[in-house]
Order: sequence, then C-alpha cells, then structure tokens
Amino acid sequence: MSEANVTETAPPASRRDSLRTEEMLLNMGPQHPSTHGVLRLVVRTDGEMVRESWPQIGFLHRCFEKIAESLPYAQALPYADRMDYLGSVNNGLAFCLGVEKLGAIEVSERAAHLRVIAAELNRIASHLIAFGTYALDLGAFTPFIYGFREREMAVSILEKLSGGRLLYHYPRIGGVANDLTPEIASDIRAFLVQMRKVWPEYNALLSDNQIFVKRTANVGVVTREQAIAWGFTGPCLRASGVRFDLRKDQPYSLYERFAFDVPIGEGTKGTTGDCWDRYWVRMVEILESCRIVEQALDGIPEGPVLTKVPRVLKLPKGEVYVPCENPRGELGFYIVSDGDPKALRIKSRGPSFCNLSIVNEICRDVLLADVVAILGSIDIVLGEVDR
Amino acid sequence: MDDIILQFHTSAVAVLWPLLSKVPTWITYAVAYSVGGCVVLGWIALMAIVGTYGERRIAGFIQVRYGPNRVGPQGIFQPLADGIKLLCKEDTVPNVANRALFFVAPVLVLLGAMIPFAVLPFSERIVLTNMELALYYVLAFQAIEVIGILMAGWGPGSKWSLYGGMRLAAQMLSYEIPLGLCALVIILLSGSLNLGEIARWQAGPFLGMEHPWIFGWAVFRSPAALIAFFMFYVGGLAATKRAPFDLPEAESELVAGYHTEYAGIRFAFFFMAEYAAMYVVCAMSAILFLGGWHGPIPRPETAEGFEFMKTWSDLIQAGAPGAATFVDRCTLFVSSLWSVVSSNDGIRLIAREAIGAANVVGKSFFLYFVMIWARWTFPRIRIDQVMHLCLKVLLPIGLGCVIWAAVQVVLFPH
Repeated sequence: MSEANVTETAPPASRRDSLRTEEMLLNMGPQHPSTHGVLRLVVRTDGEMVRESWPQIGFLHRCFEKIAESLPYAQALPYADRMDYLGSVNNGLAFCLGVEKLGAIEVSERAAHLRVIAAELNRIASHLIAFGTYALDLGAFTPFIYGFREREMAVSILEKLSGGRLLYHYPRIGGVANDLTPEIASDIRAFLVQMRKVWPEYNALLSDNQIFVKRTANVGVVTREQAIAWGFTGPCLRASGVRFDLRKDQPYSLYERFAFDVPIGEGTKGTTGDCWDRYWVRMVEILESCRIVEQALDGIPEGPVLTKVPRVLKLPKGEVYVPCENPRGELGFYIVSDGDPKALRIKSRGPSFCNLSIVNEICRDVLLADVVAILGSIDIVLGEVDR
Repeated sequence: MDDIILQFHTSAVAVLWPLLSKVPTWITYAVAYSVGGCVVLGWIALMAIVGTYGERRIAGFIQVRYGPNRVGPQGIFQPLADGIKLLCKEDTVPNVANRALFFVAPVLVLLGAMIPFAVLPFSERIVLTNMELALYYVLAFQAIEVIGILMAGWGPGSKWSLYGGMRLAAQMLSYEIPLGLCALVIILLSGSLNLGEIARWQAGPFLGMEHPWIFGWAVFRSPAALIAFFMFYVGGLAATKRAPFDLPEAESELVAGYHTEYAGIRFAFFFMAEYAAMYVVCAMSAILFLGGWHGPIPRPETAEGFEFMKTWSDLIQAGAPGAATFVDRCTLFVSSLWSVVSSNDGIRLIAREAIGAANVVGKSFFLYFVMIWARWTFPRIRIDQVMHLCLKVLLPIGLGCVIWAAVQVVLFPH
C-alpha cells in the first residue's frame, strides 16, 4: 500500500525497439463519480488492463473512535450512527447492544421488536441504494431513480418513527426513541406491499438484462476461501457461498424468533462469488427483510419502549464486543470500560473497511470498467471505511 | 436542388431583371448555396435544441420525474437557457494542454457532425447537394469527428481524456466495418450511391406492384436489408457514442471521457455534435432502409392509393355508421383541398415536398426517440464486448447480408 511500490516499470527491452508502450498510473478519486464517496484508487494500467490497484483511504476520517472516548456513552451514540450513513439504525443498534450488554441493561420486548423493524427497513433502504448506485456504476441511470422511489417510502416511515431522514438516532441505550403508532404500522404494511410489487420490475429492468449480466457475471470472482481469508462479511461473504448471517448464527435483539432465509450466491449467471451474485444476494435480502418486518409487526407486544437508565451511565469495569449484521456485514464495537462515564477505548470493526481490503487482490488483470463493477458490487460506504 | 436553382435563375433573370441578363449563373449559385447552408445550419441548431430538450423530457418520463419544465411553457426554452449559461462560463484551458489540439478539437468534431447535412435529403427536391457519391461521402466524413475526438483525447493532457480518445479509436475501428457493409447491402440492391436515387428506388415496382407503398421500403425488399437495418442502427448507436456504447465518455468510469477538461462553449460544441450526429444516423437509416420520403400509405393520386383510401373509408363506414358523416365531411374537405392543391403545379410540388419532408423527419425522430429510450434503459457495454460484438458478430452477419444481397440482385433483379 505504500507509495514506494507505486512506480512505473520500464517496458521490456524487446519492445523498446519497436513501438514503445508504457504503463500508466491513474488516480481514480478521491473526486471520481464511482468511488462511492472519497475513496482514492491508485491504478497501474496497461492500456485498458488494470495491473494493480491500491485503495488509499482516510479522506473522510472524522475521528469517531477518539470522539467516542471523550464523550458519555449516550452522547457517543449519534457518532456511531454517522459511520455507515446508509445503515444508520444498524450502527446505533450495534453500539447500544454493546453498552447494554456490559451494563446489563434490560430492553423491553416491544423495544426489541421496534429495533428489528427499524433495522430491517433501514437495510432495505440501504440495499435499494446499493441496487441503484450499482446500476449507475454500470451506466444505467434509470434503476437508480426507481430505487430511490421506493427508498423514499422507507425513509418517510423512519422519519415518522424517529424524526430523521438519514441519521435516525433511533435505537437508544435501553430501548428506542419513539413508539410505533397505528398510522406508522399501516404505512409499513403499505410499503411492504409496494416493495414486493416492484421487486420483479427491478429484475426485469436490471437483474436479467443481458448487458448487465455480461458486465457482472464471472467478473471479480471471490472464492469461498478468499472470502473467508480476507474477512468478508455480509452479502459479499454470502455471495461467495458461505451461509453466515449474524442474525441467524449469533442472534441478537430477538432475531431468533423470526423465520427468514439466508440467501447465498449460487453462480446462477456465472461463477459463485462473482459480481452478479453479490448483487443478487442483496436483491433477495430485500425480500427476506420484508418477511422479517412483517413478522415483527404482527408479533409486537405491548409495553414500554425505553428502559430507564441513569443520567450518568457508568458501565462496570470490563470489555465487551457485540457483533451485529449491518447491511454490509459484521459491525461491532469493542468497548473497554474502566468504570468511568466515558469509555476507555472504543474500537469499531466495520464491514466496509474489511471488505474493501480485497480490492487489490481481485482488481488485477481486469479491465478498467471491471474495477468500477467490482468496487460497486462490494458496496462500500466511505463514512465507515474512514471512520 | 441544382435544377431548382437553375430554373430560379433563368426565371428570375427573365422576369425580374431583364436588364441584368448578364448576371453569371455562378453568382446565383453562390447566393443560393449560402442561403441553403444557413438553413441547414439552422436545422442543425434546431436538432441540438430539440434533441437536448426531448432527451431530458423523455428521460424524465421514463424515470417517473418531470424533467425541465420551468423555463417557458413546458420548459421549452431550457436549451436556450443552457446555451446562454454555457456561453457565459469561463473558458478554462489546462496548463499542460497542447493548446493547438485543445482548441481545434471541438471545432473538428462539430464540423464532422455537420458535413453530412450537406447531402442529406429531406424530400425529393429539398436537398442541398444532390451528390452522386452521397452515401460514400457521409461515411467518409463521419471519420473527421473521430480525428477531432482523438485530438480532444490527447490535447488536454488528462489521462481520462486520453482513455476516452483511445476507446473511441478502438470503437470506431470496430463499428465502421459493419456499418459500411450494411450500406453496401443497400448499394447492391438499389444500384446507386446517391441518397435521392436510393429513396426513389424504394418507391419503384416490387413483386409485381407498380406502387408498392410500405412494401417498397428497403427493409421489406430483402431479408438481408432487414438485418442490415438493425445492424446499421446498432452501428449508428456506436458511431454516435450513445448508450449502451457510450464508452468514450463513460461517466462512471472515465469521469467524462474525452470532454473531461472542456468547459463552456467548447463543451457545447461536443454536445451539439452528438445530437447532430444522432440525427444524421437516424436520417440515414430512414433514407436507406425505411423508404426515405415515401410514406407508409400509398399516395392518393395513384390507382392503388385510391383503392386503399376507398377500402379504409368503407371499413370505417361499416364499423361506425355514426362516424360516417364525419368521415364524409373530412374526406370532402381533404379532397377539395387536394383538388385546390393539385390544380396548380407549384402548390402541388410544395405540398408533395412538404409531405415528403414530414415523412423523413418523422421517421428520423422516431429512430431518435428509440435511441433516447435505449440510453435510459440499458447499462453500458464493456470495451472488449463492443469489439467482440462488432468484429465477431456483426461483421460475419454483415458479410452474409452482402452475399445474400448480391445473390438476390443477380437471381431476382426485380
């Protein structure tokens, strides 16, 4: 990753006599339309072929971990929301679960159900953006707008629930911020109906489009072994054929009560673990999330939504790590407490950061257009990569 | 147009200025061609305006949003507002740019897009130059645009521009050959390189019909031509760098490709060139394959046309007796109008030319619409897939079509 090995190599002597060709260093980003924010990729290219690509991160570094160590837990929570700004509820949830586990704070069943509903709605909204921006990366603009049309419904529901439209700050330590009203419940049901109605439309427009399949199938294949070795989590890992979902395997927040399937990549259009599989796992997860939301809505018990926690929350001495299935993979906060109102150390393990690390491994000897396709299929959020 | 000019010259000299009968013909030619050139320039500008506005409104319709609807009624003045904005923008030149290439490139690109308009017929008489080698001329001069874009790729000194230029060169090499083969099919079948002749041939006798109306169109005359039409259109998409072949300016890969470093009016040149080139490809497809200025229904003055009209009016009367009086009135109105129009040779000529021009423009705009529709539906193809498609799929099919057309011409001359 260092700049030292980013040097242009001289062409072999045999070629020097005839037509001189050169390898070129190309700077993709930080201002580039398809690096999903401010990622910088230094790409060594030979014509259209990409020989190597080094991701350079840190342009969006906001010192989350350091700030979180200097604030009380309740005030550090909104910063967790801001890490992965597309999966805000899931981030807050992971932080709350960690604090609650260390502080042995009880959460009512109603609050747990509401957390699941909000988290899954957020997951759908996030996957819709992944769907739209991936189409945008491959040059199709219309699916992006369609994705945003449905996302708008999900975001409106979350707005009614929490007041925010991007950063919700909905899960709180000890429960959730606001209770569900009958109006919101009917909104959610209407959204589920709409989402299931347009889902086949998305597939007709993009998933089964011949050009789209040609661009994504057999491109950027991550094998099962590679995926595990590079610490892939979330849809990327499942696309490589590993059936691992924290909601199933280490259930939290009552996920064990809901019936849902964990889709994995099966190489439907090409090889298992290619870009199309990663895309498709997300698409199927949208439907699975709809199922979870429906069950949570049906089975939600009455009760309080926020347990009373002391104004100055002092966690007992110790450390805790609770992983959580974020739309992009495993997100967890490793919290070390020495009994103060502030954490001694907070370390976050984010999925985008870990998933991004494989880029140089699979963006090798592919075309420049494939780099964009691969990067888009990994679906990173730079806010979380850079913290 | 030459015969019109000559006619005009002699009549004008005879009637208006008997004293100036010594005016040489070349002055009349020069004046007439200047006026004609200005009209064509106006048409190109109109195409850019209609193209941008139409594209954005259609994109809005496809994408469940509005598109521009604020400037003027339904936003029709949006392209003008955009033009003024682009004119007022700062003209930036990168420090590392090769200034000569940088400045010449947009001009060449626009020139390449404009040159084919000189020979594009709008109807039987409305054509600036009735050139015998028109088809060859159009295909040849389209390459000027490619040179311009290669210069735009190298000139600014940006790596993204370079990629755009190189991709275009690769794409051009791939699509030009199948495009030429498709044109060759029509050349073989019609036996002419003159666009006017090719259009006239499509109204000629076919399968024993004196006036074959829609079945006279090239696409119905031979299966080879039908296949060639679709290939020509796909090749045209690649030629105009339209989605799904918009690799030279792929915004998600190459930022903006060859026009990354261009701003203001220079960028507008590229923009205008794209829409002008789109119109050229659509008009060429319409003229070569879709009957040119010949409409899908037969002309009323021919015997088939009369029969056709009568059958339809009978059918309408049988189906909806209530509408019969209305249809009768309309028929009466049209026939009286036609009798007025046809009473005078001049008016008749103008009416025929107007209908012909409406046919050409209508067909072109339909193909134009399909291009926009495709752009807002499909993802982008990869560069190796473009070359695979053009060289390994379209090229053999194109060769097959040419052979078929040759055999057909020899075995079934009519």
